[in-house]
Amino acid sequence: MKLSLRIWRQSDAAAKGKMVSYEIDEVSEDASFLEMLDVLNERLISEGQDPVAFDHDCREGICGACSLVIDGQPHGPQAATTTCQLHMRKFKDGDSIDIEPWRAGAFPVVKDLVVDRGAFDRIIQAGGYISAPTGTAPDAHAVPIPKQDADAAFSAAACIGCGACVAACPNGSGMLFMGAKVTHLALTPQGQPERATRVLGMVAAHDEAGFGGCTNTGECAAACPKEIGLDVIAQLNRDFRKAAVRAA
Amino acid sequence: MSTDFYREGSPVADTKAPAGPIAERWEQRRFSGRLVNPANRRKLRVIVVGTGLAGASAAATLGELGYRVANYCFQDSARRAHSIAAQGGINAAKNYRNDGDSVHRLFYDTVKGGDFRSRESNVHRLAEVSTEIIDQCVAQGVPFAREYGGLLDNRSFGGAQVSRTFYARGQTGQQLLLGAYQALQRQVAAGTVDLHTRHEMLELVIADGKARGIIVRDLVTGEISTELADAVVLATGGYGNVFFLSTNAKGCNVTASWRAHRKGAYFANPCYTQIHPTCIPQSGDHQSKLTLMSESLRNDGRVWVPKERGDDRHPADIPEDERDYYLERRYPAFGNLVPRDIASRAAKIVCDEGHGVGPGGLGVYLDFADAIGRLGKQAVEAKYGNLFDMYERITGENPYERPMRIYPAVHYTMGGLWVDYDLSSNIPGLFVTGEANFSDHGANRLGASALMQGLSDGYFVLPNTISDYLADGPFEALDEGHEAVVAARKEVDDRIAFFLGNDGDRTVDSFHRELGKIMWEYCGMERTEEGLHKAIGLIRDLKAEFYKRVKVTGKAEELNQQLEKAGRVADFFELGELMCIDALHRTESCGGHFRAESQTEDGEAKRDDENFSYVAAWEFGGDEPILHKEALEFEYVHPTQRSYK
Repeated sequence: MKLSLRIWRQSDAAAKGKMVSYEIDEVSEDASFLEMLDVLNERLISEGQDPVAFDHDCREGICGACSLVIDGQPHGPQAATTTCQLHMRKFKDGDSIDIEPWRAGAFPVVKDLVVDRGAFDRIIQAGGYISAPTGTAPDAHAVPIPKQDADAAFSAAACIGCGACVAACPNGSGMLFMGAKVTHLALTPQGQPERATRVLGMVAAHDEAGFGGCTNTGECAAACPKEIGLDVIAQLNRDFRKAAVRAA
Repeated sequence: MSTDFYREGSPVADTKAPAGPIAERWEQRRFSGRLVNPANRRKLRVIVVGTGLAGASAAATLGELGYRVANYCFQDSARRAHSIAAQGGINAAKNYRNDGDSVHRLFYDTVKGGDFRSRESNVHRLAEVSTEIIDQCVAQGVPFAREYGGLLDNRSFGGAQVSRTFYARGQTGQQLLLGAYQALQRQVAAGTVDLHTRHEMLELVIADGKARGIIVRDLVTGEISTELADAVVLATGGYGNVFFLSTNAKGCNVTASWRAHRKGAYFANPCYTQIHPTCIPQSGDHQSKLTLMSESLRNDGRVWVPKERGDDRHPADIPEDERDYYLERRYPAFGNLVPRDIASRAAKIVCDEGHGVGPGGLGVYLDFADAIGRLGKQAVEAKYGNLFDMYERITGENPYERPMRIYPAVHYTMGGLWVDYDLSSNIPGLFVTGEANFSDHGANRLGASALMQGLSDGYFVLPNTISDYLADGPFEALDEGHEAVVAARKEVDDRIAFFLGNDGDRTVDSFHRELGKIMWEYCGMERTEEGLHKAIGLIRDLKAEFYKRVKVTGKAEELNQQLEKAGRVADFFELGELMCIDALHRTESCGGHFRAESQTEDGEAKRDDENFSYVAAWEFGGDEPILHKEALEFEYVHPTQRSYK
C-alpha cells in the first residue's frame, strides 16, 4: 500500500519542531507500524537524510519503550495495543497518517518522536516499592493472599510505564500510572506497612514533576495498552485522602 | 597446537570452586570468602552495567549492603531491560506440590538438561538459591499466580516431571523485573545507587591488571565520560541479536561483553545458542524481530504438519490421517513437551523435507482444536487468552479457529564471558552475571531457568562473592589522566570518528541483516564443517565491506541511533566469527549445538564426552583466537545420552 506520512521532526530539546511530509510506497500489510518506519528510515539514510528517531526496544508490547501518537491517539487506532504491535493491515492504501511524540509538560521532547519519561522513575523512587532488602524474606507461603486480591494486584501491576495515559490526558496527568502502582502494592499484605507514606510520597513527586491533576475524563484508561481501568485512580484518591488526613 | 583458525593455549581452571560434598560447597565458599566491614563498604565503588534481572538485583543489593554503586543502562528507564519480556516462569525447588521435587532434583534436571556441559558446583548452588528467590520476590510484592486457598500456584514447564515453576500469567519476567527495578529505585532514593539511563558502555578500563572503570556515551548528548571504581559488574545480557532476527529486543547487544573480551576476558562456549521452538514465523523482508509464543502452549497444543509435501490446503481441510504429529510420533514419552533444542530441530527437519506450512514453507502447526474440544474454549482462553490475542494481532489469523503457525527462532545464548565460581572473569575486578556469563546452563537451557539464574546471580551470589575481592580495596585512586583511561577514551573517540567520517553508501541494518542470514544458515540449528568454513569466509568478506561501505548519518554530539547501531554491529561481526570457530572446533553435538556429522542412527545429537567434556574459553587473538580448555567433572550426575523417547 501507499501512504502519506506527516511526522514530527525536532532536532533536539531546544529546537522548534514541525511536521514534515513523507510519501512511502509498497508497504506490506503484514509489517508492523515500526517496521514501516524502519523502511522509511532506510530510505532516508540512503538519501543522506537524518532518519526519524523513535524509542522502541522489545517490539512485543511489554517493555513500554515505543511511544507514538498516531492520528491523535497514543499508540494508534487499535485498542489495547502498543505501537509496536500495531500492524499495517489496520490501515488502507492511500491513507494519510500523522505521527507525533507523546505531548505532555512532564515529558519533554528529546528528539523527533523521543521524549524523556524520567519523571515516572522519580515517582517510583518516591515510594513505589516495598522495603524488603535482599535476604530478609520469610518463606513465600508464610502469608497467604486471597486469589482475587492477587489477581487484582497483578492486573494493576501489568502497567508497562509507557506513558500513553499521560499523552492522552488533556491535563497531562500521571494518575493512572501512579494509581496502578499504588493499587498493586495496596492489595498485597506486604505493602501495608508503607501504604500511607508511599502514596503521600508518590503524589508529591508526581505534582513536582509537572503532571496535572485528574478531572475524570477517562482518556487515560481508553489509551492504556494494558487496559488498566479508572478504578486504580479511585484507589489512589482513597488512599491519598486517608493518608493525608492522618498525617495532618 | 595450531589449526586453521585458532591456537590452543594453556588449560584454565575454576580455582574458586570449593571441594567437598556438593551440598556444602556454597556454604563453605561463603564462609571462606572474606567480608568487608560495613563501615568500609561506603568507601568502595562498584559499577554495574545493565538493569535487567541480573543487573538491577545486583545494584539494589550492593546498595543495600552499603557499597557506592553506579548503575548504567542504554534504555530510557531501568524498567525496560529485556528481562521484562520473559513470559513463562521461574523454577524453584520448593516442593510445594509434594511431587518429589528437591534441590537435588532441580540440580540433576538442570545438569542433564544442559547436556552435561555445565559446572556441577554452579548448578547446585543455583538450585539451592532458587527457593530464596521466590521468598524474596514475594516479600517485594511480586504478584505471582495463586490458588483459591491463597497459596502460590505452580505448573510443570518445559518437560519437567514436577511442578516447580512459579509464574505471573504470561508476564513473569515483567513482574520479577519490576520487583528488582523497584528495589533499585529505592536505593536510588536512598542515595546508594547512582543510576544513569540512556548511557551505553563502550570500553572497559583496565589499570595495573585490574578492571577499574568504563567509558560511556550519553546517548542523548553524545558526551563521552569515564566512570572509575573498585570493581565492574557486567550484567549486559545475551548476544542473540547477532542473528539480526531473534526474540531479543532490538537494543540487545554484545558490545559491553565484547569490549571486555578484546581487553582479555575469556569468552566461553559462544556457539551454545538456544533456538526456541514456538515463535511466530516471519512474514516478509521487512521483518525486524521475531516474537516468542510461550512454551507453555505446548502443554495443550499439538504440533503437526501435512504428511504430503507442499500440501497447501486450509488446515481444517486436512483429515487426521493425512497429518503427521511428528513430535508425538518420534518421542512418545514426552510428545509435544520435549526440550527446546529437540523440538526446534524436529521442526527444521520436517520443513527441510518440504512439509512446512505458511510463507516459504517455514512453519509448523500448533493446534488447539483438541484442547478446545476437551476443556472448552473458555478454559483455553483463560489459560492462553493473552497469547492468542498477541498471535492474532501479529498474523491477522484467529488461533481459536485455525491452528497457529510456529517456527523456531533464536532466543537465548548459553555462552558468554567466562567466570569462576565467584562470578569473576579472568580479569581481576571484572564480574559477570546473568545471561552475559556462561556457567549454569551448559549447552541447553531449560525453560524457566533464565529468570532463576539472573536473580540468583544478582540477589544472592554476586553480593556474597564480590566482597572477597573488595576486601583488598579501596584500590589506589585513579584519575582521568591515567594512561589506561586516556587510551580507552581514545579507542572510543576513534571508533565514533571513523563511523561518522566513513564515505559509505550502505545502511548499518543492511549489513546486520546479511550477517544474520549467514549466522542462521550456517551457525543456526544445524552446523556442518563445510558450512562453518564457508560462514567464516563470508563473515570476513562482509566485515571488510562493512568498514568500507557503511554509512552513518548525523553527528556525534546528539541522539544518533545509527551511530549506536554501527558500533554494536561492528562487534557482532567479530563475535559471529568466533561463534563459527567455536562451532567448528566442537565436532560433537550437544544441546543446542548440533553438528550434522555427530548424530545417532536415528538422528539425535551425539555427544563426544571423551574429547569435548570441557568449557571452551576463548582468549581474543584477532583472526586467530586462543582456546583455553576448562575440564568438566561430573561427580554427582553421571553423563548419559539424553533420551526423551
